[in-house]
Amino acid sequence: MLQVHRDICGYCGCCVSVCPEGALELIDAYLVVGEECTGCGICAKVCPLGALEVVDEAEL
Amino acid sequence: MKQNYDLLVIGGGPGGAVAARTAAEKGFSVCMVEKRPAIGVPIRCAEGIGKDVLSEFITPDSKFISAEIKRARLVAPDSTSMMLESEMAGSKVGYILDRKVFDRELAWQAADAGADVFVKTRASAPIIVGGEVKGATLEHCGTRREVHADIVIAADGVESKFSRWCGMNTTVPVREIMSSVQYLMTDIDIDPHTTVFFLGNEVAPQGYLWIFPKGERSANVGIGISGKKSGAGHRARDYLDRFVSATFPEGKTIECVVGGVSVCKPLECTVADGLMVIGDAARVVDPLTGGGIYNAMFTGKLAVEVAEKAIEAGNFSKSALMDYDTRWRESFMGKAIARNYQIKEYFVTLSDEKLNALIQSASKMNLSEFSTLALIKELIRRNPKLLTELAALRASLG
Ligand SMILES: Cc1cc2nc3c(=O)[nH]c(=O)nc-3n(C[C@H](O)[C@H](O)[C@H](O)COP(=O)(O)OP(=O)(O)OC[C@H]3O[C@@H](n4cnc5c(N)ncnc54)[C@H](O)[C@@H]3O)c2cc1C
Ligand code: SF4
Ligand code: SF4
Repeated sequence: MLQVHRDICGYCGCCVSVCPEGALELIDAYLVVGEECTGCGICAKVCPLGALEVVDEAEL
Repeated sequence: MKQNYDLLVIGGGPGGAVAARTAAEKGFSVCMVEKRPAIGVPIRCAEGIGKDVLSEFITPDSKFISAEIKRARLVAPDSTSMMLESEMAGSKVGYILDRKVFDRELAWQAADAGADVFVKTRASAPIIVGGEVKGATLEHCGTRREVHADIVIAADGVESKFSRWCGMNTTVPVREIMSSVQYLMTDIDIDPHTTVFFLGNEVAPQGYLWIFPKGERSANVGIGISGKKSGAGHRARDYLDRFVSATFPEGKTIECVVGGVSVCKPLECTVADGLMVIGDAARVVDPLTGGGIYNAMFTGKLAVEVAEKAIEAGNFSKSALMDYDTRWRESFMGKAIARNYQIKEYFVTLSDEKLNALIQSASKMNLSEFSTLALIKELIRRNPKLLTELAALRASLG
């Protein structure tokens, strides 16, 4: 599952452009994660600030 | 807001605003929607643009120009540097804009020309009738309405979703997104008329770090690194913080800018039935420099010129709009993107040693014109071996 750390995110849209599933959308100043997300982590890798994290659902 | 327009423009950046302005000037009914509450903020840009290309779209005005640029300096991994100057002595070669004011000015001009402009208004879905894009669902402060248009222009930037909703593949490959952070810094020692570019795998892997002056003692200090090289503990921000604390320890940061710049090939096709895609949404950023302001404005204007013919003919099909795709690819801009893509693909493979050698080949260059093409030609003249390595480019370099 993808977690967005809103306190870190700079709402820039960089992550949106690389998501192969089109699962992310930047709505003004917040990011939404759609059901299509597979947890692949590509977006988390490219985020310039490190605001995204793929977390194991079992650990939540 | 009306229910029907000739053209609906999604996104209020430079691409969208120039498209809306051009359409309104031609007498079309046009609506431009921007999801953010204010045009131009937050900025996601280093704000550099060439002098000549800016004047193609707007009369340069000190109210949206922060600095005039006379030369550029390239700094190698070993700190050797090469100064790039224009043969036209003393002449300015470019500007650092104030995009908050610049983007707003373009939107203003669009509105003055007769375009409808709405902020805090987000396109959330396309209206598709019989396979043809016919408008969009727009959301504004809790209300939702459908707006129809003969042609929709997607100018929704790097985070573009609209063309994807219409079935286009817009995903940027990880290695071809420049993951970027920039600080607007003040109280720092800089040359107020020189842009500086730092290269090297330690400084900015597969990208570069820049200092773009914003005044006598202020500058955009930023970095873009390849998404492939980004990850926990070595993100764009980590590299920039390291540079800033070593170079400008006393500087003050008054703004933090974050962003992604696509340096991939443009979309395979930038039109569909009833739809035209422009600017960053079309991935038409210059892959070598990461510059996209001009390209967004250029494609915005061209799209409307082609739309005009389609509207006159009452034919909004993909084939009727295809002329836009063909023409930008054949344009000077399209050719520069294709060429600079090849050059970028070569440059990202260079080791620090090779970068050092290239920059050591001249401490100063006087370029006939201030462009990446002129620079590459000069570099080749001084490093003939480059041409064998850049074999694929031989024809286009002339
Ligand atoms: C760090 C950084 C540095 C850069 N430096 C330079 C530089 O020095 N020189 C240069 O030329 N270029 C530079 N660029 C690139 C430049 O900023 C872009 O190419 C340029 O802004 C593209 O213009 P555009 O109109 O296509 O898109 P944008 O300016 O991104 O505008 C798109 C607009 O669409 C809006 N939008 C998105 N989705 C929707 C929706 N669904 N509904 C309504 N509105 C929507 C967005 O909010 C945004 O305002 C840089 C980019 C970054 C990230
Ligand atoms: S890339 Fe990072 S900072 Fe930018 S919108 Fe995505 S999560 Fe936020
Ligand atoms: S984890 Fe993968 S699928 Fe999920 S939003 Fe990020 S890039 Fe898209």
